[in-house]
Amino acid sequence: MRIKAQVAMVMHLDKCIGCHTCSVTCKNTWTNRSGTEYMWFNNVETRPGPGYPRRWEDTDRYKGGWKLHNGELKLRAGGPITKLANIFYNPNMAKLDEFYEPWTYDYDNLIHSPKSENLPVARPVSQITGEYIDKPEWGSNWDDDLAGGSEIVPLDPNVEKLQEHIQMEYEKTFMMYLPRICEHCLNPSCVASCPAGALYKRDEDGIVLVDHDACRGWRFCQNGCPYHKVYYNWKTHKAEKCNFCYPRTEAGLPTICSETCVGRIRYIGVVLYDADKVKAAASVEDPQDLYEAQLGCFLDPFDPEIQEKAREHGINDAWLEAAKESPVYKMAMKWKIALPLHPEYRTLPMVWYVPPLSPIMNHITNEDELNTDGYIPAVDQMRIPVEYLASILSAGDTNVIRKVLLKLTAMRVYMRGKTVGGIDEFRQSELVTQAATSPEEIEDMARLLGIAKYNERFVIPTGRREMDDDLYEQQGTCSLEELAPREGVNPAYGYMKVRENL
Amino acid sequence: MKRNNKLVEAFKYLKRGNTINDGWTEESPKSRDTEDIYRNRWGHDKIVRSTHGVNCTGSCSWKIYVKDGIITQETQQTDYPSTGDDFPEYEPRGCPRGASFSWYTYSPARVKFPYVRGDLMELWKKEREAGHNPVEAWENIVSNPNKRKAYVKARGKGGFVRAEWREVCEIIASSAIHTIKKYGPDRIVGFSPIPAMSMVSYAGGARFISLLGGTLLSFYDWYADLPPASPQVWGEQTDVPESADWYNTKYFIIWGTNLPQTRTPDAHFMVEARYNGTKVVGVSPDYAEYDKFADIWLPARAGTDGALAMAMTHVILTEFYVKKQEPYFMDYVKKYTDLPFLVLLKKHDGEFRTDRFARSADFTDEHKLGEWKTVVWNELTNQVDTPNGSQGFRWDGGSKWNLDLDKEDGSTIKPRLSFMETADSVELVTFPYFADENGGKISRGVPVKEIQDKHGNTLTVTTVYDLMMAHVGVNRNLPGDYPANYDDPKPYTPAWQESITSVNRNHVITVAKEFADNAARTKGKSMIAMGGGTNHWYHSDQIYRSILNLILLTGSQGVNGGGWAHYVGQEKVRPTEGWQQVSFAGDWGNMPRLQNGTSFFYFATDQFRYEDEINKSNTTWSGKYNNMHPADVNALSARLGWLPSYPQFTQNSIELVKESRERGATSEEEIVKDVVERIKSGEIEWAIENPDHPQNFPRLFFNWRSNLLGDSGKGHEYFAKHLIGGDSQVLTDTTNSWQPEHVKVEGEAPEGKVDLFVAMDFRMTSSGLFSDIVLPAATWYEKHDISSTDMHPFVHPFNAAISPPWKAKSDWDSFRELAKVFSELAEEHLPAQEELVIRPLAHDTVGEIAQAYGQIKDWRTGEVEAIPGKTMPNFHIVKRDYPNVFQKMTTIGDHLKKGYGGKGVTIPGEKVYAELLDRLGTSKREGIGKGHPDLFSDKQAINAILLMSGATNGKRAVEGWRSLEAKTGKQLTELAEAREEEDYTLDALTIQPRTSISTPVWSGMEKDNRRYSPFTVNKEYNIPWRTLTGRQSFYLDHEMILDFGEALPLYLPPLNKGPFMKGEKSIEETTPSITVRYLTPHQKWGIHTMFTESTPMVQLFRGWQVVWMNEEDGASIGLKDNDWIEVYNRNGAIVARVVLTYRIPRGMAYMYHAQDRTMGVPGTAIQKKRGGTHNSVTRITLKPTHMIGGYSQLSYGFNYYGPTGQQRDTMAIIRGLKEVDWLEN
Repeated sequence: MRIKAQVAMVMHLDKCIGCHTCSVTCKNTWTNRSGTEYMWFNNVETRPGPGYPRRWEDTDRYKGGWKLHNGELKLRAGGPITKLANIFYNPNMAKLDEFYEPWTYDYDNLIHSPKSENLPVARPVSQITGEYIDKPEWGSNWDDDLAGGSEIVPLDPNVEKLQEHIQMEYEKTFMMYLPRICEHCLNPSCVASCPAGALYKRDEDGIVLVDHDACRGWRFCQNGCPYHKVYYNWKTHKAEKCNFCYPRTEAGLPTICSETCVGRIRYIGVVLYDADKVKAAASVEDPQDLYEAQLGCFLDPFDPEIQEKAREHGINDAWLEAAKESPVYKMAMKWKIALPLHPEYRTLPMVWYVPPLSPIMNHITNEDELNTDGYIPAVDQMRIPVEYLASILSAGDTNVIRKVLLKLTAMRVYMRGKTVGGIDEFRQSELVTQAATSPEEIEDMARLLGIAKYNERFVIPTGRREMDDDLYEQQGTCSLEELAPREGVNPAYGYMKVRENL
Repeated sequence: MKRNNKLVEAFKYLKRGNTINDGWTEESPKSRDTEDIYRNRWGHDKIVRSTHGVNCTGSCSWKIYVKDGIITQETQQTDYPSTGDDFPEYEPRGCPRGASFSWYTYSPARVKFPYVRGDLMELWKKEREAGHNPVEAWENIVSNPNKRKAYVKARGKGGFVRAEWREVCEIIASSAIHTIKKYGPDRIVGFSPIPAMSMVSYAGGARFISLLGGTLLSFYDWYADLPPASPQVWGEQTDVPESADWYNTKYFIIWGTNLPQTRTPDAHFMVEARYNGTKVVGVSPDYAEYDKFADIWLPARAGTDGALAMAMTHVILTEFYVKKQEPYFMDYVKKYTDLPFLVLLKKHDGEFRTDRFARSADFTDEHKLGEWKTVVWNELTNQVDTPNGSQGFRWDGGSKWNLDLDKEDGSTIKPRLSFMETADSVELVTFPYFADENGGKISRGVPVKEIQDKHGNTLTVTTVYDLMMAHVGVNRNLPGDYPANYDDPKPYTPAWQESITSVNRNHVITVAKEFADNAARTKGKSMIAMGGGTNHWYHSDQIYRSILNLILLTGSQGVNGGGWAHYVGQEKVRPTEGWQQVSFAGDWGNMPRLQNGTSFFYFATDQFRYEDEINKSNTTWSGKYNNMHPADVNALSARLGWLPSYPQFTQNSIELVKESRERGATSEEEIVKDVVERIKSGEIEWAIENPDHPQNFPRLFFNWRSNLLGDSGKGHEYFAKHLIGGDSQVLTDTTNSWQPEHVKVEGEAPEGKVDLFVAMDFRMTSSGLFSDIVLPAATWYEKHDISSTDMHPFVHPFNAAISPPWKAKSDWDSFRELAKVFSELAEEHLPAQEELVIRPLAHDTVGEIAQAYGQIKDWRTGEVEAIPGKTMPNFHIVKRDYPNVFQKMTTIGDHLKKGYGGKGVTIPGEKVYAELLDRLGTSKREGIGKGHPDLFSDKQAINAILLMSGATNGKRAVEGWRSLEAKTGKQLTELAEAREEEDYTLDALTIQPRTSISTPVWSGMEKDNRRYSPFTVNKEYNIPWRTLTGRQSFYLDHEMILDFGEALPLYLPPLNKGPFMKGEKSIEETTPSITVRYLTPHQKWGIHTMFTESTPMVQLFRGWQVVWMNEEDGASIGLKDNDWIEVYNRNGAIVARVVLTYRIPRGMAYMYHAQDRTMGVPGTAIQKKRGGTHNSVTRITLKPTHMIGGYSQLSYGFNYYGPTGQQRDTMAIIRGLKEVDWLEN
């Protein structure tokens, strides 16, 4: 057993309003500069739809993530030999038009247009070529709210798989939003894909980062990540990716995307896992077993033995306490309402998703049907096909999805009973049995999902900076290192690591 | 940390770390020095609290990050005062649009310097170089037709030149002086909307223009965000629950308001309420974003919401009033609605129709103002009785303006709801029916009483309740054309609505029953959110009244978690009493001209000359007024004192006073008398009756804090053509249009009416492009101001993260600068003047009881005497002290000591004035303001507003409640006493937003950390609504309303305006086309045109501009997604790219409001001109019933009542555009 801690996230899709605030605040902070125009560390996709980059879930095309080959875990894109062969031309990599050609407008013409025959206009301009274009042809969110309809929706690889379940008609419309950041996986294929060894997963909190000094711009990480969440900066010729806002989490603050999420869908907390179980969990045969296998890696923060062991492995009490209060632990591991995104990629992703409820279909005309088990519509009559959700969140296992939706529905029925009347009916209902829950659990869930106070959504211990730096020195020099080099100072006075090793 | 040598680092990499996880994972000792790169990016020097001054109900508080002296980004504040332990919080309020605002600070779209149209600047320079003083220079330019034309015709064609502030101020001030002298001050016009979004920035311009005597235009009604049903039903402009109250509801119908898309910061309360057991229903024509959160979606066709609501009304009345009688509902409607009040029935051609409310004066002379006191049937005494609280009690000098049913003599009134059991007879009553193209009538039996009036005549009366039951078709076994059951397709059953709305009848029945059942179980926690989708229609008032039926009949209004929730426009200026003083200079005793915007633009842009016979063809009720052209009704309305009307008269209002004096009048009374005589004789002409006379043009126009011409200018091409005089794409002429009879329309409609159009903005929009002068405004991160909204209960500030860069100035500073230059020029050119100001009969003043019984009597035809303040507007003689405008602008006047207030509430002024001296300091500037409280800076203006208003100063709140105690005889000060010591300042708000205090100018309670819900004070403290009956109104009895057949809520279909009128030549068909209903709902990527051009927003969707439509409709004319299209009708033409989807039903198109035409818009094929804005194919039509005045709640108030600038009744043609022409020179 090798206990490690990870800062992880849950996104509660039922709460997502598709507003993209997360994308904008993230972009303003991290990718608002030349070389990064097309990058969205955080993006939000309307589903059904092909996503960003287009059809990123098409693993046949991009060859991202892992596959099981004769029981062995292999990169789908191939090992070092294949990489070497393709090092100057990687056919699996997404092209610019699969992301999109970023554009802006010739705004200056509005102010400084000379006198002319017609009203001045700011024409669209490519941010890549600097040339005028007539019109943009694709974007990071081109199909927002089903824009493009049946010309674009069928490009969704999940839709391809389930054609019989999806009808692209006005009366049967459904949609949902899928916000995405880097998954900060337990078994990150981007890290394994880098020929230069420039990607790494931080020991203390599991955040996956690019070492900008080591990056040589080979870009195998870009498609090695099955979520397509590593990008190439054309100006610095380095890879860049979501950094889970470590400069903020180190200070105990939630990521930008989380704090600014006005749907309040995001939760951040610490989970403990056994790093020695990761390989085995990622290597189970049946993709539908991956979800449970991944859950098997996590450790119970309330277990005294685990706590003791964790301390031995250098995890301090603040982190252990945080792990107990972790909303991620509650939602993903305890209540099992949050699921991993495409577990079949075998990366053991660490951003978890609660699947959305949706309106019932309107073909129901019998008044009584609407009143089954109180006011709340039954799971099986919902607009978003369970199969579609399963394709995204449970490697196609609809039972997993159904269980979560039943639990969420039971919560709503129970809380209605509690606040309006009819609680006894609920206790005797089929729903409470099928959802396998209890009033106590429901009330806890309703508080975390509904009341969702800031300090309950985000339980983040400050970063373990004491583990890796000469903080005595850095206190005065931080950000001035170039002016005040460490030379000349006796490291023994302040170098914590030295002492720890004594 | 110092970067180590890269080579050494590379070698380090060779050293392997421990491996774990079955050899799969390596614990590497590699350096992590590059992590500092992102740490440094995150670092910043300071965070400043500010917000966004855009017309958005969000009003979110933001953290603005400054690093190295540069604004780098913004994220939301999360420190709002708590909503309580067991309740979701407001944090983090914001949206992607607001998050992109910092882009503007340094963007290439920023207006950094003052700009003047080159052709104008050239003329100005020549005049000045020739030695003319500024005022002469201006006069020389505008009075020479060739010179004027030279720059007017250049509008919208580029060619701006940079100028200095002093110079542009001289041009503007000279134009103002010339306009006042030649035409009168009311030809100076200001348009700036939504004070709540930045109150001081509004006040800067409003104070300056008001001191000149200029005209300020309303916006809430012009934007069609005003729901006229609100004043009609409640006598209140709009009062709604804060968004957190959604969490309190247990049944939430979201009806035509896209909460996630347009109420982004608040939507979570709705989402989270679902986890607390709230059921959610979505009503929308498309699969809107909010339907994602609904339990059931009712896909009602666009514009048919009224039919759906009428059917639900039918179900609720049947189930909860007839089949069983829900006690909570019964008690509620008797006490808080007009349902038990008596209405007269009168014969028309042998048929009974409903007439006016019966009044106390019909039966007795014992009541003062008895003609304003409505009556009920008292079950206990079995006779007519007069309960407290109706309009007469408000103004009779007593203290019984309350909802008590107990009388002074100890007896009680028990209002009878129905005469079903005790009727003298049952009469067939004829009701209008408009759902069919050809209209019709419905005849249904109603139980009536026959009672003697004081003259011995027999009156046939019934209750509003019995009328409602008959009208809605609830079968109580009475004779007449009643439906047999829900499946009988007679009005207004669930089966009846099915063919209109396409919603399954069973869903209607279920939802209506659930809604009411929920309200019965929870005592009113049923709520309906409504908005643009249901409000922006010609018949908005009837759609809303139908929906409000559901709220009122279920006792849900005035209850936390219940009632209507209308959110369109950031209308709630919480500290309104102080804001009004600062904005309109009431502290100097100034009399502002507050004009309803819709009427103004209808005439100023000549849209009235392109009218079609809307009302004539739309009714079978055959009245007198619905056959009149709306322009003629508007003229009638103006002369009867209903609506304001500026410019007032063709004659200069300064000259009028001079002439009267020359004719021997000395006192104010004599002058007024003389003027009225000259009006009666026709010597003085109402400007509204000759709007195209050059004398009546608006001459100087200020547009600040808005993009009138790229965004809210409904009928944009008419603006461009007639007001501005630039290029336009109007595709018709007036030949086939309906012309008014009385309003003069001689010759061609003029083009380019405005002499000088001034825009203030920090970005270049369509408004800037068409302007003569563009002034560089400070952004919202560069100035101080305050913001409030109805969506949350807080008041919070703007602060400057950086000082205004380049030559930018805050709006307050810009107008102060202008006032200074104006006053300097006025010293020489424009001494103090007397002028005549007319003002309409206003709501919440005694003017609202000017015209008894709502009967229309025109003094011009001799039906009544012309009496100012009674049968015509109020007349005032006002002194305008032009050389002292700057002094007055920058100090608080001592007229404030006489007291001030709003909505009929008075706050004593002496103490306030003294406190202001302390808080603001005294002015040391020489002049009449010296020694007065100093109002020089925006910060002082903020603190003045906060100190003077109840919502932000506990003492003012208590004083306000005390003044209401006098009229109502109720104990009210406890509503604010616990918070009396609270006294907010800019500094306090900057530390943390503060929750507003309960004040009588609003109807909700803000004590005990309760969520704000409107009318809870009325319900819990027995305060009347400010309506005729003092109750919530189902029935409206003004003569004009009866004439239109709209006394009771009913369904009127949307109009089908356009695409072309009969006889008009359409555009040659070169490619396949389709005609669709053209809708302009609020968009996702901007707040109006704001934010749309910011690079993050541009790239989050498809760039601009785009139109959404159904993919089968698109395919039927050969369109593919993202193809270029033209959208056109008689009003104009648009070029856009098409977004095809199956989410929207066939037959309609969405062009999201508002993208502006400044980005990515090529030329049209039709006219080879730049494609227009989303408003290029719209044109407004005024609904005459909105012009009523001088009658209780249907009296004028600025942004309170008046016709709305609705635009959803438009039809347009869409076709592909083959060739893209960017129209480069």
